[in-house]
Amino acid sequence: MQTSFTAEQLRDPDTAESNKILRSCVHCGMCTATCPTFLLLGDELDSPRGRIYLIKDMLENNRPATELEARHVDRCLSCLSCMTTCPSGVHYMHLVDHARRHIEETYTRPFPERMLRRVLGAVLPRPGLFRAALTAARLARPLAGLVPGQSLTAQRLRAMLKLAPASLPPKSAAQEAQVHRAEGPRRGRVGLLTGCAQKVLNPTINEATIRLLTRMGLDVVITPGQGCCGALTHHMGQHDPAMAAARANIAAWGAEMDGEGLDAIVVNTSGCGTTLKDYGFMFRTEPEADAAARVSALAMDVTEVLAKFDYAPTREAPGLTVAYHSACSLQHGQKITALPKQLLARAGFTVKEPAEGHICCGSAGTYNLMQPAIAAQLRARKLENIQRTRADLVAAGNIGCMTQLGGDALPVVHTVELLDWMAGGPKPASL
Amino acid sequence: MISLPEPKPEILARRASILADLARLLPADAVIGEEIRLRPYETDGLSAYRQMPLAVVLPRTTQEVAEVLRYCHANEIRVVPRGAGTSLSGGALPLADAVVIGLMRMNRIREINFEDRYAVVEAGVTNIGITKAVEGEGFFYAPDPSSQLACMIGGNVMMNSGGAHCLKYGVTANNLLGVTFVTIEGEVVEIGGTHLDAAGYDWLGLITGSEGQLGLVTEVTVRILRGPEGARAMLAAFDSVEVAGQAVDAIIGAGVIPVALEFMDKPCIHACEAFAHAGYPLDAEAMLIIEVEGSQAEQDMLLGRIRDICAQFKPISMKLAESAEQSLAIWKGRKGAFGAVGRISPDYLCMDGTIPTGELPFVLKRIGEMSTQYGLGVANVFHAGDGNLHPLIMFDANDPESFRKAEAFGADILKLCVEVGGCLTGEHGVGVEKRDLMTVQFTARELDLQRDIKSAFDPGWLLNTAKVFPLEGNARITA
Repeated sequence: MQTSFTAEQLRDPDTAESNKILRSCVHCGMCTATCPTFLLLGDELDSPRGRIYLIKDMLENNRPATELEARHVDRCLSCLSCMTTCPSGVHYMHLVDHARRHIEETYTRPFPERMLRRVLGAVLPRPGLFRAALTAARLARPLAGLVPGQSLTAQRLRAMLKLAPASLPPKSAAQEAQVHRAEGPRRGRVGLLTGCAQKVLNPTINEATIRLLTRMGLDVVITPGQGCCGALTHHMGQHDPAMAAARANIAAWGAEMDGEGLDAIVVNTSGCGTTLKDYGFMFRTEPEADAAARVSALAMDVTEVLAKFDYAPTREAPGLTVAYHSACSLQHGQKITALPKQLLARAGFTVKEPAEGHICCGSAGTYNLMQPAIAAQLRARKLENIQRTRADLVAAGNIGCMTQLGGDALPVVHTVELLDWMAGGPKPASL
Repeated sequence: MISLPEPKPEILARRASILADLARLLPADAVIGEEIRLRPYETDGLSAYRQMPLAVVLPRTTQEVAEVLRYCHANEIRVVPRGAGTSLSGGALPLADAVVIGLMRMNRIREINFEDRYAVVEAGVTNIGITKAVEGEGFFYAPDPSSQLACMIGGNVMMNSGGAHCLKYGVTANNLLGVTFVTIEGEVVEIGGTHLDAAGYDWLGLITGSEGQLGLVTEVTVRILRGPEGARAMLAAFDSVEVAGQAVDAIIGAGVIPVALEFMDKPCIHACEAFAHAGYPLDAEAMLIIEVEGSQAEQDMLLGRIRDICAQFKPISMKLAESAEQSLAIWKGRKGAFGAVGRISPDYLCMDGTIPTGELPFVLKRIGEMSTQYGLGVANVFHAGDGNLHPLIMFDANDPESFRKAEAFGADILKLCVEVGGCLTGEHGVGVEKRDLMTVQFTARELDLQRDIKSAFDPGWLLNTAKVFPLEGNARITA
């Protein structure tokens, strides 16, 4: 597609990259068909191609963003379904990331929204604060129905209270900085991203990962100094906090890689995995470029690590049918599609794939908090498709989806919890 | 850049009040008037041509469409219908003084009748959406344009779209039973029914392929077919484009009708393989995708004959799809071919001429020579069995000279198609892209007769005004 950036604009590396991406788009429109918001809203502006065009126009004219661009770009889930569909290989993720940052830096949102985004960006990535906030929210949860009004802020408040879990699991010592030693002969040494929100909401995911990997002969290192991967703020266009979070992780894992060495950095929250794998790009013009690229090269989804080290079950097949929910960050962000299903089947589960598996469940980071109406429609659509599989439970590889899909109908567990169970670990509590 | 009729100054001057009127007719979220939000609607699948519209409306019902049309008619406002905006001929290119009516929100399936084998769907249902809705019962909707994932049935009717499998099943017109048609006056008319060939004049035939110039289609009744017992694709690779063309002609000439017979040349094979990982032969100059269907015995018999014919042309390799997944990958590459060319060139113009299959070797050779002469690359991917060519002329839209050359190259290809006894368009429609070449195909008298038909439906020439006919000498379009 034709673009019209000046030579001076193109000296900015982000603009140069966006120009390259825009030039690779041929405006064929295939992406519209698999975009969740286009399906629901039926407007070019809420499709990838429409957003690409909005972003192109905004960047070319070097124009501060307005409510209009923010409205349509904010509605994008960053599910990256469009990238799977695109025949031309348009890197929509980097383009929309650039746009989100441009919007954040040039557009002043209405006060309640500005505050909300700031609070979310400050609280969610910090487990201590997040835990405290969830405790407060839990107390306020029964009041959700009493929040008055139909304003977006009221809807968002209600969505937040509704998503807060009724009870919080206790802190898990296993997630603190330490090295979990391999059982039996050591086959490798891997780092584990313990994450931020997941750590608080569902420590059993990390516990199951540690148990399973150590049993398979891997040292599991929880490096001191690691924290949130930065995805949360990155997706809100909050560039500096995102880079700071990533930088801390790069330093922490860098020290580990230079020390005893790592064979992989294991990620069991696929949303974070997509971001870790993108560190190399995010830091391409920073002094940490090489170190960041090394982290990205080592980052692996937990299912990739399990396949690499030949996961094998030890228990009898449980006779359960699992609906595998493919998190967008896994299937579109990291192009990991068949592997989790193969592992579940190897573990003895009957695996069903819900219809419209390529469509997002509406979780998408903070999306279900910021866009509650669209997120609720996508959730209902997803649950309906899942129920049609007549499965006994749902498996997913991302805490965001698990929170979004939980609460109703079927139990939702992390893939790694099921794999751990079948390889000698405890049966997941929700079953 | 294509020339468009002068916008009516009185309409442009009334823009604000027109937007206010539309906002009264439709829900608030169905009217788009801000410049920033109109920009993404300035073009469609032919992004080299762009024009900002006056407004965009996104109705949800036939009634809303009728009200907008009634209003536009009463106020002499031009109208441009739009489906998914995937047109490669610029069929949805707006005008500065036109209201774009986008039908993307009309995406409900109305009725499915397996017993009588038809489906009633709204215009904004995607082509593949129809098949998705009926495949659980073993049925499908046959015409399959390469953009079928995204393109909408309303647009398919307006352009009489084809596709790879039309070799056996025919184009949209052959699979269409009825439409809900809204005239420019806002009158809703039911045309056709739920069976082929309704009584009286063939109004349906007239409306199919009318490119949004006679009225808007908001609901469509199509024939659905029971899927074949099985299907299998094979790839045949050749060391020259012309020889592959000869093989096509030999297959068709022998009276063998595969369900699809597709052609790809080297640049296309490489671009598509990078996208679809289908195991295409990267050493070939040209490749045919040949699909047959039916019972196992039928498939074996047809594939055997096709292999024998291909063997006479010294193929580099012939390969049968080993599995359903491989067949899918083969088609994924073919269906994504246009977009995949985006990997090797920033921009392309996709031509759409049709020729007698006997002329394939000659025309392909000439296209290769023109490519050298113009200094622009060309990738060929097309429905060979139908003789429906889609040369993709690769150019750089950021270089105006390159674009000008691409346009001239494209025009030469289409003129060549007409010269050898073919026609300007196979399935993409005339749109704005081939508008000025209509005089190559038709005499002044023939064009006038066609214009008279449009005038009968739309005396004020408000509907998709700038398409299909050359602007020059068209007194009906008044500035």
